[in-house]
Amino acid sequence: MLNSGDTAWVLASAALVMLMTPGLAFFYGGMVRSKSVLNMLMMNFIALAVVGVLWVFYGFSLAFGNDIGGGLLGGLDFAGLNNTVGQLVGYAVAADPEAGVAEVAWPGNDALPVLAFAMFQLMFAVITPALISGAIADRVKFWSWTLFVALWSTIVYFPVAHWVFSFDGFVGADAVGGWIANVSKLGALDFAGGTAVHINAGAAGLALAIVLGKRRGWPREPMRPHNLPFVLLGASLLWFGWFGFNAGSALTAGDLAGVAFTNTMVATAAAVLGWLIVEQIRDGKPTTLGAASGAVAGLVAITPACGFVTPIGAIAIGVIAGAVCALAVALKFRFGFDDSLDVVGVHLVGGLIGTLLIGFFASTSVNSLGADGLFYGGDASQLGKQAVAAFAVMAYSFVVTTILALALKYTIGFRITDEAEAEGVDENEHAESAYDFSSLGGIGGLGTPRPSAATAAAAEHIPATAGKES
Amino acid sequence: MKLVTAIVKPFVLEDVKGALEQLGILGMTVSEVQGYGRQKGHTEVYRGAEYSVDFVPKVRVEVVADDTLADKVVDAIVESARTGKIGDGKVWVTPVESVIRVRTGERGADAI
Repeated sequence: MLNSGDTAWVLASAALVMLMTPGLAFFYGGMVRSKSVLNMLMMNFIALAVVGVLWVFYGFSLAFGNDIGGGLLGGLDFAGLNNTVGQLVGYAVAADPEAGVAEVAWPGNDALPVLAFAMFQLMFAVITPALISGAIADRVKFWSWTLFVALWSTIVYFPVAHWVFSFDGFVGADAVGGWIANVSKLGALDFAGGTAVHINAGAAGLALAIVLGKRRGWPREPMRPHNLPFVLLGASLLWFGWFGFNAGSALTAGDLAGVAFTNTMVATAAAVLGWLIVEQIRDGKPTTLGAASGAVAGLVAITPACGFVTPIGAIAIGVIAGAVCALAVALKFRFGFDDSLDVVGVHLVGGLIGTLLIGFFASTSVNSLGADGLFYGGDASQLGKQAVAAFAVMAYSFVVTTILALALKYTIGFRITDEAEAEGVDENEHAESAYDFSSLGGIGGLGTPRPSAATAAAAEHIPATAGKES
Repeated sequence: MKLVTAIVKPFVLEDVKGALEQLGILGMTVSEVQGYGRQKGHTEVYRGAEYSVDFVPKVRVEVVADDTLADKVVDAIVESARTGKIGDGKVWVTPVESVIRVRTGERGADAI
């Protein structure tokens, strides 16, 4: 039976998650130099356009259609979003005579319209390729990136979303889901996408940064963030939207959403503190960029865990993620890959931290469908499942992304020319520049026709026709 | 006639302007510039990576003055811009061949 409260929350959450992609665009856009901010915004914004269309054609179906074998990929039952209008998603409820619960046939008491669920999940599919763009700032052909987003979504994101987000008996009474999510198969816990979204995007970012190579002059030339207020604004929009991402993933406007919402808030708060403390000790100053980065690291790490841990566990995960990611962003200098905006250091590392720490901090007192981690009386079996899920997604994403990036590089080309990169990708790929603040940019009427000569005295000195407004 | 050019710290500009007004100087040109002398720049840290910022912001003040006033202009700028710390800037004087007021075509000292 359709539950209107749950439906309202999922629709509102979908809109919240949609806002994360423009938020991410500003988070990233502020970190690049002023000559490439528009391209960075566009690399994110185009994901809304491309994935939004693909999701209708076959994306939703490949992710959430009935499994075609091994829990690896969904079928084409929903291609073109067929079989969705008027249909519901939900679970059957097993009878429990002791608790006085009667059996309820699929789709249960808390059913949602398929399209509400499809739009909520679309926003996840949009932001995941957008996250990758930070690894290759300043140097990519726009149409090559756009094609990459389409192909990567098709062969990496849609299958992995099926593995992680597609549950048995959800889109239909007998529907079979993915191999990572379901206890009938691996049974790893990932509440809102630590593996499918963050480890996936982080591993892909690493592959792209390696295949595409460094920016000219990196790391010798200074490439300072050009607009830190943008970065903090973007991080704040991400934090806001993430309540939809995490608490919306409860798919119900109830207790579990409250837990996920709380954990999202407190883990992020703790991660800001963790990152800033590392900076104070290491660099001597707490920075705005560090606060914004710490918030995102905390949001990433709590994403898989937010429906399975206590608020104290969430604070622990947040502070660990903030501190470790603050150190992990130095890895690119040690290994020499130009992951320009630290997709690896924040999303891959943060995603791994959150996914693995579930094996320590999960508690069935929070969610009876979860597990007990090592700190809550459980054994190491859940940690093992978490590790399998994390490394499977990381390996699949890294390998397939490498092949895809090499294929694009040697066919249509992936990088702009050295000259275009030096002049700025905005000018060369989009024929635009972001800002017009210079005094030669129009202040005082520069570039506009002069007014008629103001005085008789001036007329004696200026030829009567010179440049007058006509 | 002389052109007095001063590179000073941005926050002393109001003081310099006040001192020149007291001398009866009727106009000046200011521009935001960047550069370094002995002060050198400073270091900024982004996600743990250090960037040295070599060029520091300064203000350039340009005043054209009659020969008789030029030394007083220099003194007024130096006194009003001094903080005693490194990075206070420089003032130099160059001879000016001619000055023309655009509106009227006046030349020489009358145009100042």
